[in-house]
Amino acid sequence: MQQVFDRPKSLKDVPYHYCPGCHHGVIHRLVAEQIDAFGLQNKTLAAASVGCSVLMYDYFDVDVLESPHGRAPAVATGLKRAMPDSFVFTYQGDGDLAAIGTAEIVHAANRGENITVVFVNNAVFGMTGGQMAPTTLEGQVTTTSPYGRSAATDGLPIRVCELLSTLEGTSYIARVAVDNMKNLKKAKAALKRAFTYQTKGWGFSLVEFLSSCPTNWKMTAEEANARVGKEMAAYFPLGVYKDVRAN
Amino acid sequence: MARRVMIKGNEAIAMGAIEAGCRYYFGYPITPQTDIPEYLAAVLPKMGGTFLQAESEVAAINMLMGAAATGARAMTSSSSPGISLKQEGISYLAGSQIPGVIVNMSRSGPGLGGIHPSQGDYFQSTRGGGHGDYRTLVLAPSTAQENYDLTMLAFDLADKYRNPVMVLGDALIGQIKEPVELKAYRKKPKAKPWALTGAEGRHGQILKSLFLADGELTDHNWLLDKKYKSMEKEVRYETYRAEDAKMMLVAFGSVGRILRTSVDILRDKGKAVGLMRPITLFPFPTKAVRQTAEAAQVLLAMEMSTGQMVEDVRLAADCACPVDFYGRPPGSIPTPDELAKEAMKVWRKRGLK
Ligand SMILES: Cc1ncc(C[n+]2csc(CCOP(=O)(O)OP(=O)(O)O)c2C)c(N)n1
Ligand code: SF4
Repeated sequence: MQQVFDRPKSLKDVPYHYCPGCHHGVIHRLVAEQIDAFGLQNKTLAAASVGCSVLMYDYFDVDVLESPHGRAPAVATGLKRAMPDSFVFTYQGDGDLAAIGTAEIVHAANRGENITVVFVNNAVFGMTGGQMAPTTLEGQVTTTSPYGRSAATDGLPIRVCELLSTLEGTSYIARVAVDNMKNLKKAKAALKRAFTYQTKGWGFSLVEFLSSCPTNWKMTAEEANARVGKEMAAYFPLGVYKDVRAN
Repeated sequence: MARRVMIKGNEAIAMGAIEAGCRYYFGYPITPQTDIPEYLAAVLPKMGGTFLQAESEVAAINMLMGAAATGARAMTSSSSPGISLKQEGISYLAGSQIPGVIVNMSRSGPGLGGIHPSQGDYFQSTRGGGHGDYRTLVLAPSTAQENYDLTMLAFDLADKYRNPVMVLGDALIGQIKEPVELKAYRKKPKAKPWALTGAEGRHGQILKSLFLADGELTDHNWLLDKKYKSMEKEVRYETYRAEDAKMMLVAFGSVGRILRTSVDILRDKGKAVGLMRPITLFPFPTKAVRQTAEAAQVLLAMEMSTGQMVEDVRLAADCACPVDFYGRPPGSIPTPDELAKEAMKVWRKRGLK
């Protein structure tokens, strides 16, 4: 019998701690598939961040350095500068990347560091119990925006892809989602492109995943999945924002 | 043969780092240590190394962490307010057992303070400084020569203990220009099997400071504690005219240097005064201070602060003799004569002959 589906080699055979319906697990798989496809397992250095995905080193069978909250792009800069032939990626949530780590991501991007950023935007701080993030949608109720996010007091959600695309240092920027098969395929293609950028030495790449957090959104897995495609994608349009080597 | 050159204290740090094999430097400008990044910006790229001006001290220490995690020798330098910002990263380095050298050419505080020499970062340096139960090895040079030598030693100790090591000078130690003998670094670096170099021929490995399972963090902290205790063998200090001293002055760094002249002044007056200068501030030369306290009739700690190291001196002396203190908060540098006068006050107060 022909086997058509298997666990990626660079993912350990252990159960995830993620909540049911959370997209972190799917995104892990997509990243691991590319590590395998590019034959990078023995060359990969990952900078884990702080958030629900801090335990990524329990799942990826590659070398991982845990970074302080928000600092993964700086840590990755150090990793890549010291080991230019390695494949370096950061895996960061929106609280990590767009709040406490804004300076680190903007400057790593602006330097054009030859690294790949996997940015998981679930519009809340997941790990700490669903507080408002810089990406929380207007009107969205969280534990620290109990009356709904207000543009007047909290500002409007930050669009990271659009922001970073304006920097000369960035090379490949895309926003994807994994809420249905069609989007999942596009997400795969975007990741593949991001990996190509780094392995060819073409500079900074970032793939933003719109992601679900059923637990903190207080929704069923299905409702949360549907919200990604409807509400989130409406404010955060999917697509490739920058691809400087597109022919 | 060793080459003798006339250089600035800060340059001596940069040259010592290069001689010790440091090829990765990450930093952010702040007076009075900026000669260090300026020197390395010129030299490192020519050697195939990396000089990177980070967007902040926070980023710089984390870049260092990334580079050092691969096994490379890496350094950052800053001055007081910048070191405050690096403390988060230093705590992570200690927690994840990643070596790295951090230079603090301290200035005066608190807050923006000023750029005068000061010893007000003693607590911050020796008590961990960042969050959690950890220690940083701290070396306190008092001459440009020591800047060079101790920076080399800092890299060795960082690797040996897989721990951050701080070189704590101040504005005076960094800006002074004097002859330095450039000795060659002769050690052969040991392999670092813990380093992240890609999972070639093995499974992936992790450098982390998060321990969630029941009791796991307790074990980790005990392991760290054992390591900090084992650093006891790295204790370094210097004494000057200590034989037969009835009063021993205790001081580190720039004050330790100024006091050599004060001791000479007092000795010329026939007063049996000596000096003890701790070179490692952590581990503190506790045993040596205790022995000094048993031999002398009084200890006098002198600092460019309102009193920080004196706490360690008192703990070490353990009431074996009285410990007096003279502190001078930053703003101007005390002269040897001024300090000798202050020492004489204590001499008389204690009824020494
Ligand atoms: C300096 C610091 N501040 C705050 C925290 C607490 N903290 C842990 S995870 C987190 C939010 C993470 O949210 P996000 O990056 O969106 O990831 P998610 O959990 O949603 O996957 C915060 C604030 C911390 N660990 N360190
Ligand atoms: S809290 Fe949210 S982001 Fe975290 S694992 Fe659960 S669903 Fe995923």
